[in-house]
Amino acid sequence: MTRHIERQIESLKERILRVGTLVEEAISKAITALINRDVTLAQRVMANDEEIDRMEVEVEEECLKIFALYQPVAADLRFVVAVLKINNDLERMGDLAKNIAKRVAQLADHQQVELPPEIRLMAMQAQEMVKQCLDAVVHGDPLLARQVREEDDAVDEGRQRIHKRVMQGIRQDPENAETLLRINSVSKHIERIADMATNIAEDVLYMVEGEIVRHRAETT
Amino acid sequence: MQAATTPGPEPVSEPAPADRLAAVARGVEVAPEIHDSLLAERPVLEVDRFNLWYGTKQALHRISMPIPHAKVTALVGPSGCGKSTLLRSVNRLNDLVQSVRITGDMRLNGDSIYDPRMDVIDLRKRMGMVFQKPNPFPMSIYENVIYSLRIDGERNRGMLDEVCEISLRAAALWDEVKDRLHDSALGLSGGQQQRLCIARAIAAEPEVLLLDEPCSALDPIATGKIEDLIRELRGRYSVLMVTHNMQQASRTSDYTAFMYLGRLIEYGPTTDIFTKPVLRETEAYVTGRFG
Repeated sequence: MTRHIERQIESLKERILRVGTLVEEAISKAITALINRDVTLAQRVMANDEEIDRMEVEVEEECLKIFALYQPVAADLRFVVAVLKINNDLERMGDLAKNIAKRVAQLADHQQVELPPEIRLMAMQAQEMVKQCLDAVVHGDPLLARQVREEDDAVDEGRQRIHKRVMQGIRQDPENAETLLRINSVSKHIERIADMATNIAEDVLYMVEGEIVRHRAETT
Repeated sequence: MQAATTPGPEPVSEPAPADRLAAVARGVEVAPEIHDSLLAERPVLEVDRFNLWYGTKQALHRISMPIPHAKVTALVGPSGCGKSTLLRSVNRLNDLVQSVRITGDMRLNGDSIYDPRMDVIDLRKRMGMVFQKPNPFPMSIYENVIYSLRIDGERNRGMLDEVCEISLRAAALWDEVKDRLHDSALGLSGGQQQRLCIARAIAAEPEVLLLDEPCSALDPIATGKIEDLIRELRGRYSVLMVTHNMQQASRTSDYTAFMYLGRLIEYGPTTDIFTKPVLRETEAYVTGRFG
């Protein structure tokens, strides 16, 4: 007979994966909307954020219920703590996707300003990190989690390059400064998404290995 | 009981099998996982390659473990794992069982407990024991607490009063009984009786305090008070406690030892055992997936 707490943990896992799927989809659509300058798609992303927010609250309530009723220990405790944190990061990622979508609407009227070519690569890298960190959650895979941590540097470098390019653009073409700053802000949101994926990867490492690796270099 | 014999040589250690519990059930000797932090502690009690048989059935298998000084150590494990047998072996209560045979030894502050020259009565005076069911003597609260001093012939009233108050305060019972010290102890509630038994044990200044499921006969409020008390005892007394209640072990102890089928499986700081045990077998037990 499966114990009640095991069923609760299983159900919590399903819920957090549903949030993960929605967030992954929101990010993917926001990026597609950005690249294709698709305002309708961007509006859909903004509207769907409410669903992510609602599910985040449900997952949190579920975690609190498990703490109160089952007092989990060891692997169960680490799992519920990790889910609580992952849940929070996923919700933030959903907000960042929404922020990117907002910028798409603002950029729509300024078609003459081209997106820097690096942004496409950076967005691809960040999306891959999101996918991998969610896979690491599903499979409790520490190797994949470590890989995600390592990939964050490439996204940070992309962000630096875009920032430089934007600053250069503003100097050359001050009239489009506002649009260029919006593009800069999009790249910052993408970078933050990658940071959140890194946080989730670190939560997976805690969940599987019991070690808090945050604020430590990726040496292991 | 048959006398102790010298422990044999260390068995050749085998590589840890994938499933230690299955290996243990097959009779394979598996080295326990003892966390390094225990080795840094000063032991009050050392269990040294201790085996115990009830007739032909072996109940404890080569247990070696230090019990740290001034810390609370909890023994946990499924029924029949030998935790109560181990506890009762510390003050040689198993001597009273006819068919018991032991090998190996235990040392209390360096003195061999199973040395044939050891006076068992003297040995037991150096330890306090509290059982599942409170067992106050049919006399006043005061006389219960100072019982060990009385039988040692202590007559100094001032000294007896002082020990009584200190022990009752240490057992968190003083405020509840200070106005009725000379009433019968049998009039106290179950929880108060158990704290009285702890006060009586403390009054003898034991080198180690043995608690055998001290809350199993108490309601949740009384259990909470005893658990608070055990936490208070940390730092002042060395406590070795058997408990069936995982949360009690996690709330009250500094170190937790997980036993299974008469073997020590994993032994380490309680926070580690309940957050990130080294062995998945320990994890399965503390999360309630077996046992």
